[in-house]
Amino acid sequence: MSPHLLEVRNLSVEFHTLHGQVKAVQGVSFHLDPGETLVILGESGSGKSVSASAVMNLIDMPPGEITSGEVLYRGKSLLEMPSEERRAINGARIAMIFQDPLAHLNPVYSVGWQIIEMMTTHGMPSDQAKRRAIELLGRVGIPDPEVRMKAYPHQFSGGQRQRLMIAMALALKPDILIADEPTTALDVTVQAQILALLKELQLETGMGLLLITHDLGVVAEVADNVVVMNAGEIVETGPAAEVYANPQHPYTKRLIAAAPGSGEMAEPLAASGQPLLRLENVTKNFGTIEALKDVSLTVMPGEIVAIVGESGSGKSTLAKTLLRLEEPTSGAAFYNGRDLFQMSPKELFGIRREIQMVFQDPTQSLNPRMSVYELISEAWAIHPEILPKVKWRDRVAELLELVGLSADHARRYPHQFSGGQRQRIAIARVLALEPKLVVCDEAVSALDVSIQAQVIDLLEGLRNEFGLSYIFIAHDLPVVRDFADRVVVMQQGRIVEEGTVREIFETPRDDYTRALLAASLDPDPAVQAKRRAARLEMEAARP
Amino acid sequence: MRHFIGKRAFASGLSLIGLVVLVFFLSRLTGDPTALFLPLDASLDSRERFRELHGLNDPLLVQFAHYVWDILNLDFGDSIRKARPALEVVLAAFQWTLILALTTIFFVTTSAIIIGSLAAFYAGGIFDRVATFLSLIGASAPDFWIAIVAIVLFSVNLGWLPTSGTGTIWHWIMPVAVLFIRPFGLVLQVVRGSMMTALSSAYVKTARAKGVRVRPIIFVHALRNALLPVITVIGDLSAGMLNGAVVVETIFGFPGVGKLMIDSILQRDFTVVLAAIMVSAMAIFLMNLLIDIAYSVLDPRIRY
Repeated sequence: MSPHLLEVRNLSVEFHTLHGQVKAVQGVSFHLDPGETLVILGESGSGKSVSASAVMNLIDMPPGEITSGEVLYRGKSLLEMPSEERRAINGARIAMIFQDPLAHLNPVYSVGWQIIEMMTTHGMPSDQAKRRAIELLGRVGIPDPEVRMKAYPHQFSGGQRQRLMIAMALALKPDILIADEPTTALDVTVQAQILALLKELQLETGMGLLLITHDLGVVAEVADNVVVMNAGEIVETGPAAEVYANPQHPYTKRLIAAAPGSGEMAEPLAASGQPLLRLENVTKNFGTIEALKDVSLTVMPGEIVAIVGESGSGKSTLAKTLLRLEEPTSGAAFYNGRDLFQMSPKELFGIRREIQMVFQDPTQSLNPRMSVYELISEAWAIHPEILPKVKWRDRVAELLELVGLSADHARRYPHQFSGGQRQRIAIARVLALEPKLVVCDEAVSALDVSIQAQVIDLLEGLRNEFGLSYIFIAHDLPVVRDFADRVVVMQQGRIVEEGTVREIFETPRDDYTRALLAASLDPDPAVQAKRRAARLEMEAARP
Repeated sequence: MRHFIGKRAFASGLSLIGLVVLVFFLSRLTGDPTALFLPLDASLDSRERFRELHGLNDPLLVQFAHYVWDILNLDFGDSIRKARPALEVVLAAFQWTLILALTTIFFVTTSAIIIGSLAAFYAGGIFDRVATFLSLIGASAPDFWIAIVAIVLFSVNLGWLPTSGTGTIWHWIMPVAVLFIRPFGLVLQVVRGSMMTALSSAYVKTARAKGVRVRPIIFVHALRNALLPVITVIGDLSAGMLNGAVVVETIFGFPGVGKLMIDSILQRDFTVVLAAIMVSAMAIFLMNLLIDIAYSVLDPRIRY
């Protein structure tokens, strides 16, 4: 039997940290054959990226250490190879692309230079490398490749940057491409295009694709086989469709159950009473750029209104304008009948506590030098009418328990918590002000699927208990489908469609909404295969 | 780019004008100009003649207009002590300072960048520890003390190097070496810190995944990104040196602009002081322009 293209046997990796040895990967084994797509699925901290980094010799040693195992490329041990021989394999035979292509492209060199370097560093003459680079840019769909060779990474869009990374990685026709969360930061329609491009190139070259993701939808879209990792160990492997249909390990079962998009859709609220918030023709210009154009919408008390759209659609600008973090160019925003945009700073101060915001990245929105107690109680220092100082400590404890943390967490600092816990702290801080309307700007996007489900449950529970209203800004349609009452779809600063969840997800009227839905990935490989076929048909029908 | 240079030149022009105005009125605020220009024991008669000669009896604004007009014509008047145009005296000294500063900066930049980059790459290793230790000593050692100890050791005791003056290449060694030590320590620390960040960046990871060799990873991929803060510090140090390295020039009897300024102030050669201020200001202005241009050349994201 000929050896596998890539085989990882019993790999263990440890990291030396201040808190002692951390076992990042323990006894991991998997293999990849030509033309195969193997997906490693796992949440943050599962060791999925570390496994791939070991293959590419990207683990810094120290602090990292490969304590056992073998990595075989066509039967040859990569770990025992002399360093020059190993270097010659990187890029040429095994190439890698990453999440966040902007950070992974060198900002000070032109993209042409960077792609050419991939080839010259492995011995190709530079004029030949240049011709190949132009050809590659064209192949991955960069318009005007000869001119764009001279442009710098910041002059491309997010999707184009990932295309550049792919062009660079495939320059020398490698046998293996490792893709570490290649579409995580991208819009859904762009994600669909990038995944399709990868599949197409795989068919062309017959390379093995090792893809790392946290997203069951990506697994459903591309995987032949899947490896499920949790806490540094493989819990389950098998053909993707089989693992989804018949998961064996409890962790896999939990993961599949937590995947959004399969829950009950909310039935429309009986419209009654005054709207809590009514936006009328809100427009916001930045210079000559129209970020918001005539946006009108209403939010009823206790209602969850989702705003979906891709980057640049104006959804975050809308949130900022509403909170008057940005001044609107024109329009009105009636909150309980009074126009927020006409209020004096002093009036606004009183209203502010009723409209609160939860941001995407709790690592950045929580001051790292303030303890949890200080972070939450600061609200009452600013609005002392809510709570007398003697009650602060008890109330902080109460709020922490309400969001699923414990009272003694109050003394700790943000860095001592996980991402999901930090978002809970951010929510506790918002609740301290007893708001009526909470604006969640991609509040669960950065969280792992299982944590995401918990935070969504928390938000929903708070709505039911306190009658909160939410404006839920998201790009992730399955989450919106499970959580929202009504959905507003935005594109390029305009609202293109608005309706109940059922209307939007089952009978979308607008082309853009349909394209968004077609591009979003379903965790079920069978459903996803049908959706992919429909999308390809739709694309083929387009002129 | 041309637009940017124009814009910067305009902004710097404004600050030069501010400087011109400030120098004029400050010199008048210190009291009777004749007290400033003439020796303490000058007679009333000679003071009056001096006033007449230099238009000091005119209204202040008229005097100011004359003063501005002279500066525009690059006429700072004659040096009172040397009986030569002040500008000529200053430019003669400035040449020496310029060569001294450029030589020192050249050595500081090249050695600090190479050693700092390698220290960052081998962070925590022996090379890094030795480099960091030496740079800390360098950055904290007082230069006047080093200068004097160096003279005692190399000139007086060993007799290898001349104590002061100019003339041969040997005369340059001690001034450059003493001027070198502190900036070297400082720049090395900045290079090291900045390179540590660059080397742990995502694009360096990409370069490793591409199979790029170690040397280009350090000196091509990481270094160009790490240079921006380094240039800021080097620019700042250069500006200081172009003002004249007063202590070093004085100790080594080096005929630069720093020593000239101290001497002229002590000798009340006010025209020379004024000319020296203007020349230094011009040099610093050009230096800053160069730094801004270097920024935009190094980093394509910076566009003015």
